[in-house]
Amino acid sequence: MPSISIAEELAKKQREISVSEFFERNKQILGYDSATKALLTAVKEGVDNSLDAAADADILPDVLVEVKKIDKEEFVVIVEDNGPGIVKKEVANVFGRLLYGSRFFSRAQRRGQQGLGISGAVMYGQITTGKPTKIRSKVAEQDVAYEIELILDTKKNRPNVVEEDFVVWERAHGTRVEIPLKGRYNAGKQSIPEYLKATAIVNPHARITYRPPDGEEIVFERATEDLPPKTKEIPPHPHGIELGTLMAMMKETKSYKLAAFLEEEFVRVSSRVAKEICDAAGLDPDKKPKSLVLEEAKALHDAMQSAKLMSPPTDCLSPIGERLIKRGLKNVLGNLRPEFYAPPLTRDPAVYSGNPFQVEVGIVYGGDLPPDQPIEVLRFANRVPLLYQAGGCALTQAVANVDWRRYGLEQRGGQGLPFGPAIVLVHLCSTKVPYTSESKEAVATVDEIMTELDLALKEAGRRLKTHLTKKAHRAKTKEKFEIVQLILPRIADKSAKIVNKKVPVLDATITKIMGVVWVDEQIEYDKKVKRHTVTLNVHNFTAAGKKLNLHLLLPRGIEPKSVEPKPAEVRDDGKITWELKRIDSVAKASISFVLEGLDEAEYDESDLYVSGINPGLVIGAEPLPGDWELNYAEFEEEETPTVEATEETEIDYDETEEALDDD
Amino acid sequence: MTTKKKGGAPASNKAVDALYAIAEEIYEELDGGQIPKMKIPLRTKANIRFDSKHAVWKYGNLMGVRSAKKLKGALMLLRTMYVLEFIRDMIRDSKSSTLREMYYISEGWDIAKFHAQEESNLLAEDLEVITQLLREDFKLRPEESGASVIGNITLEEITRGGDRKRINCRDDVGDAGYTIPYNVEKEKIKFIDADAKFILAIETGGMFDRLVENGFDDDAKCVLVHLKGQPSRSTRRLLKRLNEEMKLPVATFTDSDPWSFRIHAAVAYGAIKTAHISEYLATPTAEFVGITPSDILNYELPTDALTPRDVGALNAEMTDPRFNDEFWRNEIQTMLQLNKKAEQQALAKYGLDYVTDTYLPEKLGPLGLM
Repeated sequence: MPSISIAEELAKKQREISVSEFFERNKQILGYDSATKALLTAVKEGVDNSLDAAADADILPDVLVEVKKIDKEEFVVIVEDNGPGIVKKEVANVFGRLLYGSRFFSRAQRRGQQGLGISGAVMYGQITTGKPTKIRSKVAEQDVAYEIELILDTKKNRPNVVEEDFVVWERAHGTRVEIPLKGRYNAGKQSIPEYLKATAIVNPHARITYRPPDGEEIVFERATEDLPPKTKEIPPHPHGIELGTLMAMMKETKSYKLAAFLEEEFVRVSSRVAKEICDAAGLDPDKKPKSLVLEEAKALHDAMQSAKLMSPPTDCLSPIGERLIKRGLKNVLGNLRPEFYAPPLTRDPAVYSGNPFQVEVGIVYGGDLPPDQPIEVLRFANRVPLLYQAGGCALTQAVANVDWRRYGLEQRGGQGLPFGPAIVLVHLCSTKVPYTSESKEAVATVDEIMTELDLALKEAGRRLKTHLTKKAHRAKTKEKFEIVQLILPRIADKSAKIVNKKVPVLDATITKIMGVVWVDEQIEYDKKVKRHTVTLNVHNFTAAGKKLNLHLLLPRGIEPKSVEPKPAEVRDDGKITWELKRIDSVAKASISFVLEGLDEAEYDESDLYVSGINPGLVIGAEPLPGDWELNYAEFEEEETPTVEATEETEIDYDETEEALDDD
Repeated sequence: MTTKKKGGAPASNKAVDALYAIAEEIYEELDGGQIPKMKIPLRTKANIRFDSKHAVWKYGNLMGVRSAKKLKGALMLLRTMYVLEFIRDMIRDSKSSTLREMYYISEGWDIAKFHAQEESNLLAEDLEVITQLLREDFKLRPEESGASVIGNITLEEITRGGDRKRINCRDDVGDAGYTIPYNVEKEKIKFIDADAKFILAIETGGMFDRLVENGFDDDAKCVLVHLKGQPSRSTRRLLKRLNEEMKLPVATFTDSDPWSFRIHAAVAYGAIKTAHISEYLATPTAEFVGITPSDILNYELPTDALTPRDVGALNAEMTDPRFNDEFWRNEIQTMLQLNKKAEQQALAKYGLDYVTDTYLPEKLGPLGLM
């Protein structure tokens, strides 16, 4: 696995060879291996910085990204944020020194974990255009902003200030960076707007504005005012540590004794465990950590890997959370009018090689999504969209490994990306994402992670399938409803008129065609006053009168008004129960209520359950789960659906049109 | 086509009775609390059988059900009720309408309106199949097909004014020929005389014009009939009558593609859609003179590639009982292997006279027609 040692190598090399040579040799790793990618990488580094800075300072991020075209090949990438700003003396270091401000030993989940970051973008810009980067930053305590133009002195790894000044800036605080660089602008899958769109989905607390070189400004508005919970930093766990990192830590440590070093700088290591590790490695616990030679370090490393330890704590992770994934998806994909957002799924944290991780999955289905193409997989690692190397990424592979045919999507042979109008979001967060390479474009396959991904994807798939089954049932019932409400009465009228007899009563025919109790829902929304009016019609299309209880489960914190008729019970957890009076055959009962102050998308379907009736007779509501309430779980009459079973031998005349074009 | 009727009234009553019976059945089912349905012989290639008495393909015994249980079935039943009422009123008022007019009339039928004329045409045929009457009995007629005839044959047509008018289809017509009316039954058209050895039924207008210009009707002593693609009922009926009454053998001459094979099948074996009246429409002795897929090879004709739709049509023909003989199996396989099709006019590769000087004599000679 790539590690800090590579980054250090890079930094060393970079002192020894010319800058352009350095870039030429390492551009793949750095994300500048093509002109198109270079632009995106620069934007990415800037946005990562902005979001991390805002998170550190508890600020709701407002990020502006602008790409200006200078000539055919030259662009300026501008990233401006409302972050806390950077104090004057640090500005030049942050942007003008490679690997400045090390986060390598940090065990908190971060966007940028390694690599060259924003200073890499500055360097790339300077090599390709010969121009300096301009930075402006203002902290809340200052009245003016500090503005600086700098280039990197690549021999010394120090910033060279070209120009600096104090300027008036209307922002209270924030940072703006303008990097001139060569690149090529394109649209499509791996483009800047796609990257920003994906970023907006997993950062629903951020407002992101994009000004492309041509065309309209795009704004991704904030979908929530809630900041993601802060992540805690924890020391590394012995199981995940790499030899190079271990050696670097021993060089830097303030501990004088090996055992103390282990106890203090690692999580889950007690003094007893520290001694055991030293013993197993055949090392003196009192030995100075700095004095270990390579062989000794290797022995220590081995001993650490085989020590029996508790798993690391997992509160250092920052999953997006089920509620916010749905919000983020709705916010950004709403214009595609998807028919269904499968309730997203955040798995409990798990551990691989001493590194805590957590996976999250969301599925969006239907609407204007293309039905005849492979589904789109939105990959994220620590809230950062992954756009390249989809094929070689564990997140894509996990999706391809699931047999989606079971969950209602087309998939040849039950493997590979399924076809269908769907987008699958996969988020992996970890204190250490196992990337396949230093360029951080794809996640490596790790057994523990694959297992978690598989479980999460299958559960999300089941949720999709439930929706599709329900939808099919409803469509069929709706169709039959149209038959009995619209068509059948007219057939009766016309035939009676032709034979000159009185119009027949249709009740028996209607119950034969329908044979169910149908709970039909209509939701009207008044934009002006933000009011949902929900009407539930319970049609009894069975041959006998029916009595039943209807239960509605409202999302927490939503209070219905004008509820008609009065419910039998309203509970704090949002469950409302109506004990409906007997509904005669071919009659209906209606329930209505209003919800106030919600956005339209916040309530699009009622969560309905029935009890006191054979649930097999009911379409449009689920059976009340047995463990909810025992007194509602029983029903008296045993009745099986009365719908005439289709005679299997009967051929539908209107479904046999194959040969009729021969004449 | 309604050979039974004299004066109109009896057949119309028969039609009214038949339509009433349909409505009555639906009414009774509703009144009895049942789901209304209609049984109709399936009009598919799986349900056509060879009728050895007439040597044509007719519907077999497979029945389909149109039931109000399904949305489409319910809608068709409702449309049937509207159509029944419409026909009953026409018969009462001594009116008639074209199929297209009925399609437009349905605009006023609310949810029962037809969305394409194809739908209303199919329903009219359904009624024929169920009642064993003809659409003429229901006062429904097709539009003019516009197909035409050129050749030395004399017939007598009853004009709109009720006069008998004699027409020689070579001398009394222009280059476009005699236009076939939609009614070609005996009460409308009588054959007087024919000086011809056979009838050549041609698919395309381009080839029809070529043969007319080259004077092929005189040279080969034949009657040229332009089929205008898939021939209408009246065109097929006219061929049938000429064949039976004037003892003229029929040969069909078409493009070489899967759709053209179906044109020959409709002329010679009976079309699937109208298999209930195949014995009125099909000419079992009609011979196919090409262009066959083998001709594409033998005559080295210019070609076009098959489209996916063409390939689908060829594959469908492989399971069509009408094409289940050695000749057609070979030719269809050949075309699938070639993956090519050709037009009649591709013969112009060898000059404008090639079709009349070489191709047709080579094809018609072995049949004893030239």
